[in-house]
Amino acid sequence: MIRRVLAVTVKELLQLRRDWRTLFALLGMPVVLLLIYGFALSFDAQDIRLAVVDQSRSAESRKVIEAFLRSGYFVRVATLDDTRELDGLIDTGRAQAGLVIEGGFAADVAARRRASIQFVLDGSDSQTASTILGYARQIVAATTPDLFEIELEPPIAAAPVVWYNPNLTSSIFLVPGLVAFILMITSVIATALAVVREKERGTMESLRATPLKAIELLIGKTLPYLLVGSVAAAGSLTLAWLLFEVPIRGSIVWLAALTVLFLAGGLGWGVLISTIAETQQVAFQLGILSSMLPTLLLSGFVFPISSMPPALQVISHIVPARYFIAALREVVLKGVGPEVWWNDALALVAYGAVVLLIATARTVRSL
Amino acid sequence: MTEPAFVADTEVVVSARDLTRSFGAFVAVDRVSFEVARGEIFGFLGSNGAGKTTTIRMLCGLLAPTSGSGTVAGFDVASQADRIKTRIGYMSQRFSLYADLTVDENLRFWGGTYRLWGRELDRRRRWAIEVAGLEERHNALVRDLPGGFRQRLALGCALLHEPPVVFLDEPTGGVDPEARRRFWDLIDDLVAGGTTVFVTTHYMDEAERCHRVALMHAGTLLALDTVPALKAVFPTDCVLAVSCPRPADAMDNLEGATGVDDVSLFGDRLHVVVDRPQRIADVEAILTTGGFAPFEVAAVRPSLEDVFIKVIRDAEAEAGP
Repeated sequence: MIRRVLAVTVKELLQLRRDWRTLFALLGMPVVLLLIYGFALSFDAQDIRLAVVDQSRSAESRKVIEAFLRSGYFVRVATLDDTRELDGLIDTGRAQAGLVIEGGFAADVAARRRASIQFVLDGSDSQTASTILGYARQIVAATTPDLFEIELEPPIAAAPVVWYNPNLTSSIFLVPGLVAFILMITSVIATALAVVREKERGTMESLRATPLKAIELLIGKTLPYLLVGSVAAAGSLTLAWLLFEVPIRGSIVWLAALTVLFLAGGLGWGVLISTIAETQQVAFQLGILSSMLPTLLLSGFVFPISSMPPALQVISHIVPARYFIAALREVVLKGVGPEVWWNDALALVAYGAVVLLIATARTVRSL
Repeated sequence: MTEPAFVADTEVVVSARDLTRSFGAFVAVDRVSFEVARGEIFGFLGSNGAGKTTTIRMLCGLLAPTSGSGTVAGFDVASQADRIKTRIGYMSQRFSLYADLTVDENLRFWGGTYRLWGRELDRRRRWAIEVAGLEERHNALVRDLPGGFRQRLALGCALLHEPPVVFLDEPTGGVDPEARRRFWDLIDDLVAGGTTVFVTTHYMDEAERCHRVALMHAGTLLALDTVPALKAVFPTDCVLAVSCPRPADAMDNLEGATGVDDVSLFGDRLHVVVDRPQRIADVEAILTTGGFAPFEVAAVRPSLEDVFIKVIRDAEAEAGP
């Protein structure tokens, strides 16, 4: 049994070594994706382009504007006289936000009336907009006591402290999802292709005439991809730590255990696809549709599950990446043990067991 | 169980008894029975779709028979497929090597599937490289090898575990005549060593090299005998080879003439089967009248193809309209 499994694994590794295109897809793609997602897909707001409309032209209004610019989040890109000019700037994207201080501002402050400033935002990117709004609120709140020359001592002060990701850097939030995404590609698609290739080239018929059993073939074929997938996952986490300072706070053992668990389910899914598809092209398309897209869209990788429509939230329960990403965030970012994420791990075990069982049964019958 | 066969005194290695396989309403193999003795080259002759591959796949344990039974090396094809697989070598119709692996890597892999390792694997690997004539190129990728080498290497891979029986399904498809001849020399060597070879082909010259030939047509076994015995269906000197201009027109003239049983086109010549040797004069008369001079008519030894055509036509005539 072991000898025959080993023969298949060695053969598969030799073929993989010569197939540089697949090898690049498995090992190079994670790096490319990490760079793209890490740098480009960022919800962080820095150097926010601010257009200022100061109709008050008073010491008070200048204090507010000063506070915005000193905060480090905003840079002034324009100073306007009329609010109508602001529309054009925001439409063209030259400004991301507008700060409007009306003529009566100084008088309101002097009279100790409720003074208001207007903050205009480009809401087309809601994630970024809400981040900017948060900054603006903080700045205004901090300026108020100074402006009114009073000691503001509200009975309850809300002091937000963000744990695990104090700067709310999105790369830290995205990396666990990215690892899931990479593992899903290597396990599902690579495995499905590796099995279907034998059918397409006709070598499957010869394999079937040897004493090699279906289960030995499956284990032998999936082992190399388990290995490559683990290397890709470890590489992604290391790179994320080097480039984006994503910490790995939890135990490496738990991390490895969860990864293997998730990979096992993915490999099973890949094998299941290989029992349906007769050509590599069909296998590839089925793989993309059934694993990559759900992992990207329905797992909480990029879009939080809590903000999905109810129907999609229900569907997300059958996406294994959902549980893996949730648990991975707990382990990587918070460093907590299985007492917190045991239910996610259990879901992965259940998924893996069911998929592997069906895949093996189908393979034994179809091979 | 004991059919009084020509192989009764030797050990039966492969047997089929009313072996049948249907795919839906289509009967691919219809109640086929035969026995193959140890050390025999058993040829399976028939056109594409005759049921040759389906029969082989049932014997190798790759396909369950719909009805009937078979044994290979003493094991039942339906219930003991696992045991059979350790005792047979199988070369499928399709290319069975990995083109992106080297000669050595292929041999190591296929050896591994039979649990060969260490010194034993090395010994068999060297043997396979030698019979394939690849001593100089054992590190070459298989995709870079010419077809003849690949075929011999594929045979070597199927024989690494020294199986007593080997099934070859059209092993020489797409290979040049010289390479085919070398391949068959290899088969002769194997059989001399006691291996039983079960081979399908549609090359008549290859069928002539088999000890016994089974003719298969539309799923049924039409004839099974040694090559000389098969050719004996024709009386002596009753197959005439005719060379003449416009052979296709001459064929029309000869067909249905008294004493002419059959006319078929062989390249640019006609084979005319007559009921007795004296008919040669009648044939010449028909050709003269038809204006096919200059012509040449001579009695020839019937080829297996003549036998094949006759057997099929007889069977179809018997089935009747």
